[in-house]
Amino acid sequence: MNVAQWLLTLASLGLVLLGLVLVAAFMIYGERRILALLQDRLGPNRAGPFGLLQPVADILKLISKENFVPPFADRMVYTIAPVIVPLTVLLSFAVVPVSEDWWLADLNIALLYVLALSSLRVYGLILGGWSSNSKYPLLGGLRSAAQMISYELPMGLALVGVVMLSGSFSLKEIVAAQTLPFIVLQPLGFIIFLVCGIAETNRLPFDLPEAENELAAGYNTEYGGIQFAFFYLGEYLGILLIAALVTLLFLGGWHGPWLPGVVWFALKTLALIFLFFWLRTSLPRLRYDQLMDFGWKVMLPAALLNLLMTAGLGLFWMEN
Amino acid sequence: MADKDRQRALTTQLQTQFNAIPSELPHDRINALSIPAERLTETLAFLKHKAEPRFEMLFDLSAIDETERDGGLTVFYQLLSLSGNADLRLKVSLSAEAPVLPSVCTVWSAANWYERELYDMFGIHIDGHPDLRRILMPEYWEGHPLRKAHPNRATEMPPYQLPEARYRSIMESYRAEDYHEPGMSNEEMILNIGPTHPGTHGLLRLVVRLLGEEIRDVKPDIGFHHRGAEKMAERQTYHSYIPYTDRIDYLAGVQNELPYVLAVEQLAGITVPPRAQVIRVMLCELCRVASHLVWVASYAHDTGALAPPFYAFREREYLYDVMELITGGRMHPSFFRIGGVALDLPEGWHEAVQGFLKRMPAAIDEYQALLPNNPILRGRTRGIGVLSIAEAIDWGVSGPNLRACGLEWDLRKRRPYSGYEHYDFEIPTATEGDALARTEVRLEEMRQSLRIVEQAMQNMPAGPVLSAEARYAFPRKEATLQDIETLIHHFIAVSRGMRFPAGESLFVTEAPKGMNGYFVVSDGSENPYRLRIRTPSFPHIQALALLARGHLLADLIPILGSLDYVLADIDR
Repeated sequence: MNVAQWLLTLASLGLVLLGLVLVAAFMIYGERRILALLQDRLGPNRAGPFGLLQPVADILKLISKENFVPPFADRMVYTIAPVIVPLTVLLSFAVVPVSEDWWLADLNIALLYVLALSSLRVYGLILGGWSSNSKYPLLGGLRSAAQMISYELPMGLALVGVVMLSGSFSLKEIVAAQTLPFIVLQPLGFIIFLVCGIAETNRLPFDLPEAENELAAGYNTEYGGIQFAFFYLGEYLGILLIAALVTLLFLGGWHGPWLPGVVWFALKTLALIFLFFWLRTSLPRLRYDQLMDFGWKVMLPAALLNLLMTAGLGLFWMEN
Repeated sequence: MADKDRQRALTTQLQTQFNAIPSELPHDRINALSIPAERLTETLAFLKHKAEPRFEMLFDLSAIDETERDGGLTVFYQLLSLSGNADLRLKVSLSAEAPVLPSVCTVWSAANWYERELYDMFGIHIDGHPDLRRILMPEYWEGHPLRKAHPNRATEMPPYQLPEARYRSIMESYRAEDYHEPGMSNEEMILNIGPTHPGTHGLLRLVVRLLGEEIRDVKPDIGFHHRGAEKMAERQTYHSYIPYTDRIDYLAGVQNELPYVLAVEQLAGITVPPRAQVIRVMLCELCRVASHLVWVASYAHDTGALAPPFYAFREREYLYDVMELITGGRMHPSFFRIGGVALDLPEGWHEAVQGFLKRMPAAIDEYQALLPNNPILRGRTRGIGVLSIAEAIDWGVSGPNLRACGLEWDLRKRRPYSGYEHYDFEIPTATEGDALARTEVRLEEMRQSLRIVEQAMQNMPAGPVLSAEARYAFPRKEATLQDIETLIHHFIAVSRGMRFPAGESLFVTEAPKGMNGYFVVSDGSENPYRLRIRTPSFPHIQALALLARGHLLADLIPILGSLDYVLADIDR
């Protein structure tokens, strides 16, 4: 590659990064307005027209705050932990294609890569909670570990069905294989993956690591300013990632009549994001032992059943 | 008649067996006996376990400083028999210097905090108490506030001094770093929740001993909201104290005024005109709904649900519009007067109340769908914080929390006051006694309250709204400009205050959170000699450790929320 190509790659990377951060920021704004509407309130409407500049104001406020490390915290880990969360999610986006022609990297192990990064992400929460050296964050961090081992397994197993049907780990090829969206062929897998995805992003009803009513702010209690913003950014990028993955894996990605592929992709992703917000306003939180019970006793058997059925039906199909 | 005979038989038995001395029947017609301190524990144990009827609940325990009436200290035990629907007041006289009282914690678990309060407020040393510390005042407070010798106002006290060394030693006691309780293993951890924490709905500190997330013990630390309401009463006139009562359970408005004015009316023998009674009932039930609405909101929030708080506060806002129209106030109406209510109903009240009644049933159904019918919330609250009837009574639990255990004990039915016997309503109960049962009972109570409001509204009698008895009720303001007699009465009654007959009078009502009792002791002057406020939240929070032990930390906040307490109601 020559210099021009390198520059082009770097520029496009920067553009994607900026775009994702902006999307996450406006998701926060969108969430606050949507939650407000669902709760008979107005939500932020002061900064700019319809409050559209609210995310800018929020970011400015968080950036301008003092970067404070509590004296009792493990300084190095405490500083690294908040970076892990958005970093792993951003890296996952590298393999997420947006349409037939728009994609950054098309790995043949894309799905495994995404799963691996999502497992790494939880380190941000655990280490953040642990390094704070304070009781509420510690409990929050431990809970996120308990949560991860409960949803990771069914999540991975739910994906195997998709891989079996499409015969590929590449997200582009999985979408290409969906002449019929996989939600029709894999309804159980879709539900399992979506529920695990909500758990993965620590959103209600699975926001146990944060659980403000018990744990003040859970794993990020001691964090403030830009470090807190990183956790926050990671959470919303996580939602975006899960919504995009569900769209790609089960909803046929960019497939759809009349409109261009990108628009279809965006619409489906936004609808899923709305679902996340809607759930947040409607549901109470589970207890962590209930989540573990649910993960191991309901989701895991269901995922295995789904796998068996897919394999069995597939075999039957091929025989005939 | 049979009740009277039984009462007489019990008095004779107490006289012969325990050297009790019966006293004249007070204004509240509650059988009162004095007993010597050394026979106290056995007398109480007898009354709880063997007497006929059995007095299962220690309703209240406090004292009166008689030093201004040429006496020492009088400790009184208000006992309640749920099976016999009877009351009994036992009094113990102590000397004012170095008073000592035997502990009755072995008889009633609920006595623990009440005895600590005795120690805190009166300086009575409780012999054999397991944990005798101050409870409402800070550990470093000097003096005992409810003693008559203690100044009533800050301006009567010398400037507050806190030398550096003393400050350091006080702060040292709050260090949690090396804090280890006796008998605590190394795997256990002390978690300090509060005084400011999203889950405690106010200034409440919980010292929780955890093993992992499992709760080994909870020690509530209260008193952050203590304002000395009982002490304040001693320098207010009987009428000017009414606004203070609003602020005891500040979510229930006039529900606090009711037991107070009823107690004073009982003391003076005032009859309240029927229209005033119906207005009182109507407003009280509206306030019960208001209080339960805040509970819906905070309880939903405790479990992580985000929308119900907004929905409940929306309906509460409509309710307060009605309250504002009728009383002029919202949270603290200060609307009841001794002998009636302050004002007649305004024009348009009927439509306003009707509008609210029309809106509510759908709203309550919505809460029903969002809370007890939600599978996640059911899963989270079923089987946590379980209380049996026996435990509940032993710990002095009342109100919806007691009814959720299966005992249909509601003073509006058992001892109707203010004409509650004329209304058609049901007392919702549940049998499980867990957090979910308490949720369901409260939601149904809101529906029943609306029924009472509707009946009150339909059958509002005509007539005056304030007793015409000139001695104890304010003269009509309009008439003060017409004749000199009324003007003088008004001037005296407002500026100096009215004198109420000497005596004592306890009145207990069914407040939204449980049994709320005001005990007025009068020496015949313009101010109460002693006013004791027995609030329902105080014993409820005392029982928290019993409910929470063995559950997970995530259960603690819903258990706490399901008890429905207000910090101002605990600390007074």
